[in-house]
Amino acid sequence: MWLDPFRRSVRQNRMHAERALQVGHFVTDKAFNPKWGFYSPSSNRMITQAPQIEVDRAAARTPSEIAGLSQRIDALEQEVSRLTQRTGVTLCVFSGDLDRLIAAFSIANSAAACGLRTSMFFTFWGTTLLRRPGASSPGKRLIERVFGWLLPAGTSRRRLSSLDMAGMGRGMILREMRRKKIADLDGLLAMAEASGVEVLACSMSMDLMGIRAEELIDYPKLRVCGATQFVDMAADGNVTLFV
Amino acid sequence: MNQTKTIDLTGLKCPGPIVALNTEIRQISGGGELEALSDDPAFELDVKAWCRRTGHELLSVHTADGVIRAHVRRKA
Repeated sequence: MWLDPFRRSVRQNRMHAERALQVGHFVTDKAFNPKWGFYSPSSNRMITQAPQIEVDRAAARTPSEIAGLSQRIDALEQEVSRLTQRTGVTLCVFSGDLDRLIAAFSIANSAAACGLRTSMFFTFWGTTLLRRPGASSPGKRLIERVFGWLLPAGTSRRRLSSLDMAGMGRGMILREMRRKKIADLDGLLAMAEASGVEVLACSMSMDLMGIRAEELIDYPKLRVCGATQFVDMAADGNVTLFV
Repeated sequence: MNQTKTIDLTGLKCPGPIVALNTEIRQISGGGELEALSDDPAFELDVKAWCRRTGHELLSVHTADGVIRAHVRRKA
């Protein structure tokens, strides 16, 4: 009893232990034996298992490790922003039919009007659109010249992919487009030029059909490239279409 | 100062109205308003999508007598 003034109340013990826990010290048990453990206020006894926050604190990293982690976080944030900002539209224009080209250019113009980076890769029959009508180069083999005669050049002489009916369907569609003031292929090409749509010409198709670089149309953002460049642009973009 | 410019896009069909709208909105200053009239039935949805993509603000769009009136404000 005469030790009573030196004994702390249970409430005082508990508050002391809670404070010690907050600052990360270990507490002693009631016999003042230092214990490598923690006082649990809820159960009013010593527990040897440290709370998770203390485990984390014990496993805390050194300042250099923390600096390395923040560098990794910066790099990851940049990567995430690059991936989420992927907004390019890439079209592979394989066909040379009038209706498919109109559809391709409509989509490309809409995408460019929305501020998306738009590219059109013309391959095979689509390459003929990029040939200037009436252009010819010397030194072509016979088969290349035959390609030049058979295939249309530029925006004219294109057939429909279906219901062409030897030109009758084509004539009807063109008349309807004129009546309803729908932009034809020339207008769409001019729109694409004004909107900054990039045009890529397939070098393999040009080589196959004997189209030389000097025979191509006058388009500001025209480049001759291969399939790998198309794949690279498509992989950087969000939308890839095959027309 | 902030007068709303009205552009008449009637007669233009997809993608004409949106391309013309894009060209016109580049010519007004940031925060300026533009009213576009179009008779293309796709224009209503197209202008909403265009605003979502470009970040310009769509103030109102409604149809009357087959003519769609869209009010857009250029982003700052």
